[in-house]
Amino acid sequence: MAQLNAQGQPYEDDAPEPEAPAPAAATASTDALDDLLAEIDGSLQVNAEQFVRSFVQKGGQ
Amino acid sequence: MRVVGIETEYGIVDPDEPRANPILMSSRLVTACRAWAGEATSRWDYGGEDPLQDQRGFRRSRLGASEDLLTDASEFDAAEGRVTLRRRRGSWEDPAHLNAVLANGARFYVDHAHPEYSGPEVTGAHDAVVWDRAGDAVALASAARYAEDEGSRVELYKNNVDGKGASYGTHENFLVDRAVAFDDLARRLTPHLVTRQVYTGAGRVGLGQFGEEPGFQMSQRADYMEAEIGLETTLRRPIVNTRDEPHAARDRYRRLHVIIGDANLFDVATFLKIGTTSLVLSAIEADDERLDALELATPVEDVQTVSRDLQLRARLELASGESATALEIQRALLEICRSYATDAGDAAVLARWEGVLERLGGDLFSAAREVEWVAKLQLLGRLRARHASEGHPDGLPWDDARLAAMDLQWSRLGDGWATRLADAGQVERLASDDEVAAATTRAPQDTRARLRGGIVAARPDLVDAAGWSTVVLDRETDHGHLEVVHLDEPAAARHPLLDALIGG
Repeated sequence: MAQLNAQGQPYEDDAPEPEAPAPAAATASTDALDDLLAEIDGSLQVNAEQFVRSFVQKGGQ
Repeated sequence: MRVVGIETEYGIVDPDEPRANPILMSSRLVTACRAWAGEATSRWDYGGEDPLQDQRGFRRSRLGASEDLLTDASEFDAAEGRVTLRRRRGSWEDPAHLNAVLANGARFYVDHAHPEYSGPEVTGAHDAVVWDRAGDAVALASAARYAEDEGSRVELYKNNVDGKGASYGTHENFLVDRAVAFDDLARRLTPHLVTRQVYTGAGRVGLGQFGEEPGFQMSQRADYMEAEIGLETTLRRPIVNTRDEPHAARDRYRRLHVIIGDANLFDVATFLKIGTTSLVLSAIEADDERLDALELATPVEDVQTVSRDLQLRARLELASGESATALEIQRALLEICRSYATDAGDAAVLARWEGVLERLGGDLFSAAREVEWVAKLQLLGRLRARHASEGHPDGLPWDDARLAAMDLQWSRLGDGWATRLADAGQVERLASDDEVAAATTRAPQDTRARLRGGIVAARPDLVDAAGWSTVVLDRETDHGHLEVVHLDEPAAARHPLLDALIGG
């Protein structure tokens, strides 16, 4: 997942990079993250679109 | 030991009434904050403000402002520690500009259509973290009180964009030697402000001011920076803001007002944001010419280039004709700043700075406990991957509303995903919860915030109003006037008159 540009597309020259981060590097804390992810995913199934639409702020400084 | 402070404008939402008026909600939140603070709160003293002065040495004309509104004119007095007298004015308060000066030295108030916590003056990056998080705690406590008193809910978001084009700020203030020419300061600081995003960015779903292009970027604020230098803070926002309102002795100090930064929920991000910038300013004050080699050819464009360069590989063109990546510029700044560490706090900043740059340059996700955008990207990536299928091997596309919702909810105070991540032990904390809780009612002891917060805590009955550089006392005296105590030296934590009142 490290190999993303801002559009979420892999960079074309990823493969030959020897020091390219391995996704496995993030697995140390997988269990704690998994529980949280399941909760996030569940809560977003319901009303994500409406939530995003109704989050409107006025500009500030 | 540089005096610094952080101001945060929070996003505000009534989850049950999305169209509720944000100014009214913010105003009620400040009222709730006062109720939470009990007696220990004061009004704001508008007497010493000068928002029209420009760092470049000229003033904006006071368009249409009538003389009697310009309450700042008669207050200027360079003599230190002097108390001047002021005639009483009416005590009417504009509900849209409600203020609470708090026992911790902070100001909680309505700014535009947002509640804002302006933290007290602190020295050093660690204390900046403590009193910044204290602001979140004060805001949350106020929201809880609001729910009790108003019978409706209010949610607060520590972010800087709504995804619909609006941006609101998190500003840093640094006390700087007035002797430094402002143009030099701006020119030499800009490469740092452009590239420090790699560890200060809070992460953002959406590209462009309206999030019109799908994707993820490092910084919340990057797309709203449209000029190199200028006075504005709400339109055509500049990388280096020129507002010259020192709130201190004008002949000795500037207050550098930095508006490019993101609101941060990660301690390390706040710590580095303040700590590294403070050290770079020390290098500038020392006229370190090594900084000149880092000058960027196109800094405004580079803000966005860096923010979108999640691989940290983009080369930025330097004024010299050479090029460097953001990480390379940061490493060069780190080496320069080694010459300016003066205490253990600075040494801690250097060590953290070096470590984080190393992690960002290696396995990006090894920085996920420290760098907010990396942690957010990691969580978003895993969320996307949960929905991968044969037809959609990448999982959720970046324009899926669930990712935008997660991004917003990340920053919700109290129960947002960043807080939950920290509760799950996945975020490195530099300040303990106890330290933060204490800082909601206690001011830093090594700046003038001690005097402001101390008198508000001990004798609120005597305080007519307080500002950054004044405390206005209302005592029974022969002359019958208010007494303005001038605190023009931000690092002076003692004052004979206030100490006597606080102590007795």
